[in-house]
Amino acid sequence: MKATPLSNCERRFLLRAIQEKKRLDGRQCYDYRNIRVSFGADRGCCIVELGRTRVLAQVSCELVPPKPSRPTEGVLFFNLELSPMAAPGLEPGRQSELLVLLNRLLERCLRDSKCIDTESLCVVAGEKVWQIRLDMHLLNHDGNITDAASIAGIVALCHFRRPDVSVQGEEVTVYTPEERDPVPLSIHHMPICVSFAFFHQGTYLLVDPTEREERVMDGLLVIAMNKHHEICTIQSSGVVMLLPDQILRCSKITAVKVAEITELIQKALENDQKARKEGGKFGFAESIPNQRITAFKMDSAAVDTNDVEEQAGEIIAKADPPSEVPVLHTPGTAQIGEGTESSWGDLEESEKEEAAEEEEGESEAAAFECEKVETEDTSTLRENKSDEPIVLSDSEEEEVVILEPQELPRKTRTQTSSKQENPSKKAFNKRRRKKRTSR
Amino acid sequence: MAVELEVADGQCRLRPFSCELGLLSRPDGSAAFLQGDTSVLAGLYGPAEAKISKELPDRAALEVLLRPKVGLPGVLERSREQLLRQTCEAVVLGVLHPRTAISLVLQVLSDAGSLLSCCLNAACMALLDAGLPLAALFCGVTCALQPDGTILLDPTARQEQEARAILTFAIASSDRKVLMATTKGSCSVEEMQQCLAAAQRAASTIFQFYRDSVRRRYSKS
Repeated sequence: MKATPLSNCERRFLLRAIQEKKRLDGRQCYDYRNIRVSFGADRGCCIVELGRTRVLAQVSCELVPPKPSRPTEGVLFFNLELSPMAAPGLEPGRQSELLVLLNRLLERCLRDSKCIDTESLCVVAGEKVWQIRLDMHLLNHDGNITDAASIAGIVALCHFRRPDVSVQGEEVTVYTPEERDPVPLSIHHMPICVSFAFFHQGTYLLVDPTEREERVMDGLLVIAMNKHHEICTIQSSGVVMLLPDQILRCSKITAVKVAEITELIQKALENDQKARKEGGKFGFAESIPNQRITAFKMDSAAVDTNDVEEQAGEIIAKADPPSEVPVLHTPGTAQIGEGTESSWGDLEESEKEEAAEEEEGESEAAAFECEKVETEDTSTLRENKSDEPIVLSDSEEEEVVILEPQELPRKTRTQTSSKQENPSKKAFNKRRRKKRTSR
Repeated sequence: MAVELEVADGQCRLRPFSCELGLLSRPDGSAAFLQGDTSVLAGLYGPAEAKISKELPDRAALEVLLRPKVGLPGVLERSREQLLRQTCEAVVLGVLHPRTAISLVLQVLSDAGSLLSCCLNAACMALLDAGLPLAALFCGVTCALQPDGTILLDPTARQEQEARAILTFAIASSDRKVLMATTKGSCSVEEMQQCLAAAQRAASTIFQFYRDSVRRRYSKS
């Protein structure tokens, strides 16, 4: 799909509206869109909706050998993918600049801030550690992928439970969820990214830009902070030059926003935990609100399969019996039918006829003999090995050129599709046709 | 809304279905289909301008992408994409939109058994939501043949593992014709016909679910 370009009048309208302190969706400059977190049935799976931007996150774990330089630490792997359904311009498999920037920013936010305790992921020092893999997919792009992805990432990591492991000497036992309850990851703090978009050379600033606002912005400032007011990552990009007090102001706004978002995340995690413990229903099905007109649910339905056997029997009885019964050669090898007759067969027969005719008349050079032999193998070799000059042409009206010189007076004539051609001519035409198709 | 039919030994039950239409703002049509704990999100763009290399002169070029939740798409995803594409091409009236491209992207949200049939159902709902011209609707039904010969419809992941054979059918709404059939494991001809007959029965339930959800979507209250 091609991305729809932004028209000039849209651009002018957005910039003019921002100058008058108005946003398209009616928010204030420092307002966030509604954040909604829903959890799946698997542990470590969540979908975060930031307005209409939607990100899916899934955490999985695996036992692997550790990195040689860090034998006592677990391995973290982060991957954000922009699904082709998120926006028309996203192609599968294209490593765009935006994707690289987002991935790098999220890695710095989650890995370099040391929010996950990697030492606790070690099972056997130098041999086996847990590799925690976080996969994120952008499902709908309506701006501010960074914030949505960082929230989704940290929520999924908090929600995830890894299998319990016990080490006795050299033996490592990994318990299944039925044997022992899975264990949560050890997370020190929750870094959350907050994005600021700058317009009109840094004069106006908006928090949580939508996709349209992102297209017309001059620069972007991303600050990742946790609720203890520690800055985990800060990144400024674009063509805007920022003053120090602007950045300080942004960090103060970030502190307020992060506190709100962290509270929201904690509440969502608690609700899910409560639902799971009390045996209530959980998963994506429960997160779809009932009153939405676009959503519809159906309870478990029974299907009547009483007389399925009779119906099936009828169909088989009415059907034609298989025309060819398989012939079993050896266990595992069977043959059905014998295949159709080779279409080269006609050519070989006519070749033989021609050879018979040849022998009646003056015998042809050995070239024809080897030609005939090669015909039986493949027809393509024929043209290369023949000694006589062969003129090959696709034109139907061209004059026929002889292959057998001794029959010169008989064979020279324009090619027609008359049925009175004698067999040798027919063979020759067939050979010409064969040569044409095999070229 | 529960649909109650005659229960045969209580064995053949479909899991609770849910569907949400038009939940994504960017794609032309989108649908999330949930069968029990298996859920798939489908997003559809089209008919839109096609790349010159991909356009077909007489009809729309349909492309299907299936993305797993963890890891890169592999051979299994590619083969499922082909099955989905062939099923969709059989029903979409592509000749009404020549030289355009229709792009269907499916994202696995969770896999708890019967994934391919959930993908088929999500694809059909996305086609409906996008308003593409269709010759018929289609639905996906998975049957699991247990070692003792009993048929289970819409199996969970555990039931799939224990089954002797797993058959997935795509069934069209016109005369319950079979659009696609794929099997894993071995079964006899009679068993396959029985599974197919059971799948056609289940298809009626699923089509009724489609009707009800679309009716709700376009109702005024």
